[in-house]
Amino acid sequence: MSDIKAGSFDQFAKEVGSEVPIYQESLGNAGVIITKLDDLLNWSRLSSMFPMTFGLACCAIEFMSTGTTPYDMDRFGMAPRSSPRQADVMIVAGTVVFKMADRIKRLYEQMAEPRYVISMGSCSNCGGPYWQHGYHVVKGVDKIIPVDVYVPGCPPRPEALIGGILQLREKISKEGLIADRLKSE
Amino acid sequence: MTNSLNVDRIKEIISAVVGEELSVDVNTTPVCITIPATKLLQVCEAIYKHPDFYLDTLSCLTGLDNGKETGTMEVVYNLYSIPFNHHLMLKVVLPRENAALDSVVSIWRTANWQEREAFDMYGIVFNNHPDLRRILMPADWEGYPLRKDYVQQEEYRGMTVKSEETS
Repeated sequence: MSDIKAGSFDQFAKEVGSEVPIYQESLGNAGVIITKLDDLLNWSRLSSMFPMTFGLACCAIEFMSTGTTPYDMDRFGMAPRSSPRQADVMIVAGTVVFKMADRIKRLYEQMAEPRYVISMGSCSNCGGPYWQHGYHVVKGVDKIIPVDVYVPGCPPRPEALIGGILQLREKISKEGLIADRLKSE
Repeated sequence: MTNSLNVDRIKEIISAVVGEELSVDVNTTPVCITIPATKLLQVCEAIYKHPDFYLDTLSCLTGLDNGKETGTMEVVYNLYSIPFNHHLMLKVVLPRENAALDSVVSIWRTANWQEREAFDMYGIVFNNHPDLRRILMPADWEGYPLRKDYVQQEEYRGMTVKSEETS
């Protein structure tokens, strides 16, 4: 922050974006800013949601496309991680079969909090084409782990997944430490 | 181009092993010969080693459930010869209850997983199979899903199997 000169508040605010409300009075000559801790935490969390690299069916292909240059998932600070311990968000991309259900639950439990889940595509939302006669498919991944955002589609296009990511960012931006604690009590 | 198989010749060879008249369906592609389950291994060994046929590849092994009315199950072997480029289908009809037959893993190694799949989906037991376990469904799954009278279990490890909307 020290390289930001006093009086260049506009430049700083532009760089931070609208997600963190900062107060103009606070900048002054000291190079100090004042904001709410909640907002700062939320901003840092939503700006670097590392997804876990794993796919279960054709939705994973669209997930991969989302990471490529035309869609550029990296602009949201999302770099896929290959370990659940380093990941913040789990994108369940594909059909969840009963054989996989235990593994998914374990992977979810291995992720450090705060952790988020995007259910991508009809299969993981509700069973998709297998919802009636698919003896092998879990009828929605929300039966085994809590889901934050559902992305409809079969498979959803990368734009739709990015829409889901934006929804999750919005959700995270409204979180609060105290509010969470009050809710849990 | 697929070379046509000498049907009369192979019928002759298999008849000699089986020791009875065979039912041969020439209208199918490839030609289908139905053989008794007890003679399966001898027949396969004979045509696998035979210099005129050399059916060295098991392209596909299929299980079939003909339903309760018929009371039979079938195992269909699709064989292929790489040097001669010709095909043959062998069919074995089994009773629906306690269906069992000899494994052909000793001849074609590729039968290993295919027989496991037939076991997984139909419950057909392959005698002398080196590793007869379920291959697709979880090991503690109940029932054989592709049987005509299959009823899916209510619950699997605390998860409801059936969709709630349909029940």
